[in-house]
Amino acid sequence: MDCYTANWNPLGEDAFYRKFELYTMEWNLKEDLRECLVAAAPYGGPIALLKNNARKEKSPSARPLLEIYSASGLLLASIPWKSGQLVQLGWTASEDLLCIQKDGTVLIYNLFCEFKRHFSMGNEVLQNHVLEAKVFHTEYGTGVAILTGAHRFSLATNIDDLKLRRMPEVPGLQKPPSCWAVLSQDRVTIVLLAVGQDLYLLDNTSCSVVTPPGMSPSAGAYLQMAVSFNYRCLALFTDTGYIWMGLATLKEKLCEFNSSVRSLPKQMVWCMRPWSRQPAVVVAWDRQLMVVGNSTECIQYKRLTIEVLLDRLVLRRLYPLAIRICEYLRLSEIQGVSRILAHWACYKVQQKDKSDEEVAHAINQKLGDTPGISYSEIAARAYDCGRTELAIKLLEYEPRSGEQVPLLLKMKRSKLALSKAIESGDTDLVYTVVLHLKNELNRGTFFMTLQNQPVALSLYRQFCKHQERETLKDLYNQDDNHQELGNFHVHSSYSEKRIEGRVGALQNAVDEYYKAKNEFAAKATEDQIKLLRLQRHFQEDFDKPYLDLSLHDTVSNLILDGHHKRAEQLYREFKIPDKRYWWLKISALANRGDWEEMEKFSKSKKSPIGYLPFVEISVKHHNRYEAKKYAPRVTPEQRVKAFVLVGDLDQAADAAIEHKNETEMNFVLSKCTASTDAAVAEKLNRARAQLLKK
Amino acid sequence: MAAHLSSGRVNLTALREAGRRELRQFLDKCAGSKAIVWDEYLTGPFGLIAQYSLLKEHEVEKMVTLKPGRLPQADVKNVIFFVRPKLELMDIITDNVLREDRGRSPQRDFHILFVPRRSLLCEQWLKEQGVLGSFIHREQYSLDLIPVDGDLLSMESESAFKECYLESDQTSLYHAAKGLMTLQALYGTIPQIFGKGECARHVANMMIRMKREFPGSQNSIFPVFDTLLLLDRNVDLLTPLATQLTYEGLIDEIYGIQNTSEDFFDNLTVEQEFMSGIDTDKANNYIEDCIAQKHPLIKILRLVCLQSVCNSGLKQKVLDHYKREILQTYGYEHILTLNNLEKAGLLKLQTSGRNNYPTIRKTLRLWMDDVNEQNPNDISYVYSGYAPLSVRLAQLLARPGWRSIEEVLKMLPGPHFEERQQLPTGLQKKRQHGENRVTLVFFLGGVTYAEIAALRFLSQMEDGGTEYVIATTKLINGTSWIKSLMEKLEPAPF
Repeated sequence: MDCYTANWNPLGEDAFYRKFELYTMEWNLKEDLRECLVAAAPYGGPIALLKNNARKEKSPSARPLLEIYSASGLLLASIPWKSGQLVQLGWTASEDLLCIQKDGTVLIYNLFCEFKRHFSMGNEVLQNHVLEAKVFHTEYGTGVAILTGAHRFSLATNIDDLKLRRMPEVPGLQKPPSCWAVLSQDRVTIVLLAVGQDLYLLDNTSCSVVTPPGMSPSAGAYLQMAVSFNYRCLALFTDTGYIWMGLATLKEKLCEFNSSVRSLPKQMVWCMRPWSRQPAVVVAWDRQLMVVGNSTECIQYKRLTIEVLLDRLVLRRLYPLAIRICEYLRLSEIQGVSRILAHWACYKVQQKDKSDEEVAHAINQKLGDTPGISYSEIAARAYDCGRTELAIKLLEYEPRSGEQVPLLLKMKRSKLALSKAIESGDTDLVYTVVLHLKNELNRGTFFMTLQNQPVALSLYRQFCKHQERETLKDLYNQDDNHQELGNFHVHSSYSEKRIEGRVGALQNAVDEYYKAKNEFAAKATEDQIKLLRLQRHFQEDFDKPYLDLSLHDTVSNLILDGHHKRAEQLYREFKIPDKRYWWLKISALANRGDWEEMEKFSKSKKSPIGYLPFVEISVKHHNRYEAKKYAPRVTPEQRVKAFVLVGDLDQAADAAIEHKNETEMNFVLSKCTASTDAAVAEKLNRARAQLLKK
Repeated sequence: MAAHLSSGRVNLTALREAGRRELRQFLDKCAGSKAIVWDEYLTGPFGLIAQYSLLKEHEVEKMVTLKPGRLPQADVKNVIFFVRPKLELMDIITDNVLREDRGRSPQRDFHILFVPRRSLLCEQWLKEQGVLGSFIHREQYSLDLIPVDGDLLSMESESAFKECYLESDQTSLYHAAKGLMTLQALYGTIPQIFGKGECARHVANMMIRMKREFPGSQNSIFPVFDTLLLLDRNVDLLTPLATQLTYEGLIDEIYGIQNTSEDFFDNLTVEQEFMSGIDTDKANNYIEDCIAQKHPLIKILRLVCLQSVCNSGLKQKVLDHYKREILQTYGYEHILTLNNLEKAGLLKLQTSGRNNYPTIRKTLRLWMDDVNEQNPNDISYVYSGYAPLSVRLAQLLARPGWRSIEEVLKMLPGPHFEERQQLPTGLQKKRQHGENRVTLVFFLGGVTYAEIAALRFLSQMEDGGTEYVIATTKLINGTSWIKSLMEKLEPAPF
């Protein structure tokens, strides 16, 4: 019995712990870990070490050294650190190493110390420098939080989709907070910080003071805080040795404890007590370790999924093993083999000893058109490694032309990008490439390029219509498209604020229409200019608005105002067809109530529109007296209609009877009233009966 | 409300549900209270997918129209722009964002929902204005084909015809192809594709390409549609110009137009004369009188275009005469509108010196003298004698097939074609005896109510053998159609 418990030591009253060695670290470190920047990836991932970071001298031998070890201390890779001063190291969820520099630049390396990319945490951080930094993980990915020298917080929730957020100011904050942590609640990332006895919560928009429920009033100032891995629990440690444990929402206390140790702990972390599966907090000082826990909360940690396991194998370049696992587990192609092959291909393109042809061929041989493979992603990786030609070769295997375009643009193969964009049918892509070309090429070359791509050219014309009309003119000029140039000038004439400007633009249009051999449009526009000039005179002479009326309305207004001579002049000058002129004139005269002039006009010569319109228009203006004058002059076919209109049913009946037309007879009959038109009705009925007899 | 969508042969509710789901997912991404800033153009189409209550359930508290200037001071956590990917709109959004009060507390989060597609161009534009970083979520809502009725889908794209034929901008066709891909994802691959016209060819090409771009995505849904027929509006320019004489069509036509009954009758008589081929080659008295009396310009344009189409173009003298009459009466600024109509082929010069319309009319039996409007036995009842050309093409495709009308098809503009999409053997249809085929007819550039009525009539014919579902870029009538082609020139005041 003894042997089982021999190495267990008591911890408090009802807990025991034991120490045993799982494995020996393979590394042979001369440096004290305390003097290195250290970051260990979660789930037994790699460990990153930066040595010599603190040394100030600039001699190359004393340059900091970045080393990456496996969890068991095997050296995976190392590089001398040549970039700026580092403040913090951290790992992303996908095992990339984040190196956070004092100036706010974050450099990303893979676990073989190969540089991937970098980004900046923004200007504010650059100016005020990084005081402290934390790398954190949420459902959105890996994030970075910075405390700057100006005691402001900046954070990015997901470094793969960088959106920098500058958190609100903490009022009156003059020195760095004693401790702080990043929390994630309701999909929002927030910062909790302690200054003396106060706790502040920073969200996107505001800073608020918070008090944990059940906090002892005499607890003192906060020294340390710890958030559980899943952001559910929070522990706070104060300078009286008091420990508060509760939900990170600060809505509930789980327990409290007085440790009676008043010094700052070296570390405080959440863990799971193995025998009770309950969360607990481990607090460590130099020579003391304490486990605190008392709660019914049960928290499940995420387990390593098969996808993550495969990712880790792939990251370690153990492709055949990963593929064999996929096959063994019968994972779908997209979920399993495709993903691994894609990773393999991305690795393959980095092999500098093989020619572009060889690599491209090898990749296509192995990948073929396996579902879920994105050749454009592999090509992007090749381009990142400086192998543009290889990237272009790989892109040829990409069936989605839409996917090819952004990379081709990045590689400055804009013309190829243009034809791929057009192939895709996606006009948005075409527009994107066109505007890219516009910035990249000089105007002449740009226009020439468009000439050969009608689809792109018409889209660019649309762009110009909305954004830069003047360019439109240059485009038409280049094509010698005089018809469109004419239209262009007509269009611009309407935005001229002065009549001379309008006439000038219209004259340009006339010239272009002639060049286009569109005689009709040229003549019409000349007429328009002529009309504008006349209208200006009328406007001045009669002090009435004439400009911008149509020819029809101009003549009509002249008649309305009694300027018959001028109207006549326009009728002749513009060759208004007789029929239309007569309609126009009698409508205008009737509107004016100038019945005398109308009668005179009706006798001036034989009406080209007949006399029924005279009847109709008089009746429309409720003047039966005048209407009756014209009814007898109407052609025989229209006479019935005319007499009915003027209300002379007797004559209408006579006309209908004379025509021997039953439909007309019925029409007149339908207008007869029994009391007043009995005689007419009788006459009609008789005639109709006779007609039917035959 | 969904009942009318599930009434047809194909249950279109599923399409609308998919649309709603996508919308809900987006709204939930922006946690907290929201204000929506609308591109006004989109309110109509959205109304067909989701009512206000759905938005409200997802914490939409305020809705405003997109316009330049400062955004209203709504006290919400999120401001979401619902916009089409147009640069003009990006400029307005930029203005809105730049004028947002940075000192306001709490600050509001901005998001953009592009409809129907996220645009690299627009994002580039916003980036150049320095505001791209202000948007937390930038997503797309692929609202392409919206179910309007149990057998009717519309893209609600007013300017599709104009863009395709006047501006050579085929954006709407790309959206149409995307919409058809979505439809196939929900209702199975359509095994046969027929088409007539340049736009139809382009859409079919894009569909085939899009399918090839995703070789792995094998559609395992049993196909609901047997055939897709893609028709360019410009293959049949005549039909929308004529006055529709079905109940729905008539309401659509006279809504907002005050015509005396006598004038309406005269107008109809002239239309029918043109369609039956009478006196189409000389200037028409009625049209001249209407111009002289300054009847509404759109009415005149409809008639003149109808005459031009029914005569395969007008003689130079006649065309110039009409144009001059119109310019003198309604104003010279309409020279650009006339030019647009010419570009669209609605108004043209008879170049070949030959009028093909009589041959087309006779072969396709477009004019039927003995119409029975009480108990119709032919689609010509929808225009009191005229059978819509577009619908005749659909009818003849089903039986006896287009091979019988090769000659006429060649006279109509654009290529005609057939494509087949392979189905795995398990999904090939074994038709039950008497089971009808289902054809989706897609009108690229718009469809009229009368054409819909004609297709519904064919669906209901006892021995028809085919049922039709209709898709279109937009529901149109002659007036709205002509209006979309008119150049709006407002003179600057002197």
